[in-house]
Amino acid sequence: MHRLVSWVVGFGRFWYRFIIGDDWTLAAAVAAALILTRVLSARGAAWWLVPLTVVIMVRVGVQRARRPYAAGAGSASNTASG
Amino acid sequence: MTGVVPVLITTFLASTVEAIEMVTIVVGVGATRGWRSTLLGAGAGFLVLAVVVAVLGVALSAIPISQLRLVVGALLLVFGLQWFRKGVMRVAARGLAGTQVAAEQAEVWTGDGVDWTAFVLAFKGVLLEGLEVAFIVVSFGANANQLGVAVIGGAAALAVVGAVGAALKPIVIRIPRSLLQLVVGILLTTFGSFWAVEGLGVDWPAGDGAILGLLGLYVLTAVTNIAIERRRAVVLKPARL
Repeated sequence: MHRLVSWVVGFGRFWYRFIIGDDWTLAAAVAAALILTRVLSARGAAWWLVPLTVVIMVRVGVQRARRPYAAGAGSASNTASG
Repeated sequence: MTGVVPVLITTFLASTVEAIEMVTIVVGVGATRGWRSTLLGAGAGFLVLAVVVAVLGVALSAIPISQLRLVVGALLLVFGLQWFRKGVMRVAARGLAGTQVAAEQAEVWTGDGVDWTAFVLAFKGVLLEGLEVAFIVVSFGANANQLGVAVIGGAAALAVVGAVGAALKPIVIRIPRSLLQLVVGILLTTFGSFWAVEGLGVDWPAGDGAILGLLGLYVLTAVTNIAIERRRAVVLKPARL
């Protein structure tokens, strides 16, 4: 039973790291972009939304990641050392 | 009945496009995370693919490929975007730092067991692209009543592109880690964007050609962000002293 629980916890932790990683906003933005693409596709061309989201989120993600440095926190966990 | 040579050439070329996507993911992930788990994932992907093809045969076209594209594409997109962002940060911070980057700073798996991240990425890439090759083979082969020839064309494409990928491995592992993570992040994000949107039933302008457009846009995004971050670092340096 204990082995099963630890396997389930490990499985959940793996997918959390895979999808969320160290910045949940990236996954949230991708999910929102895909839902919006689906909604907009009924009204016309919607292929542009995901690439636009990627371009914006790379910029936002880089800015969010270097915030600890700017604030003087000195933590590298969310920046270049990833 | 269509002739042997047209079916052979058509299935070979169409399968080559899918095989390039498959091998790009496997080589990129292997060079970045380590080869053992990546090849295990690729092998598992081929195994599942072989079982699916053997069981379903010509009925393969019943598999809901759109939903599979959406799930695999979305997962590659969220994961690729993380590497994309980290790659930009690392190249901006260290430039094209060599392969001597400390293990804890790289994405290389240093544990004893299987690196499930590399495994899953390679598995999904091989399974999805392998299924697409199988669809091409079945649709062309069955329609032309040349299934055997179509199988040879598809298998030849996988063999040729796989051999090119294996030949490129020594070159790929010499690419600086920071740059490699950025390149693989951009590639995963490109394929992820393409498949996820296609999986939603939305058509890309220029069809498969949109992959090159996405690649160009994301490379431009990376270069722009690296330039901004490097300029910012130069401006901040005197203030810190």
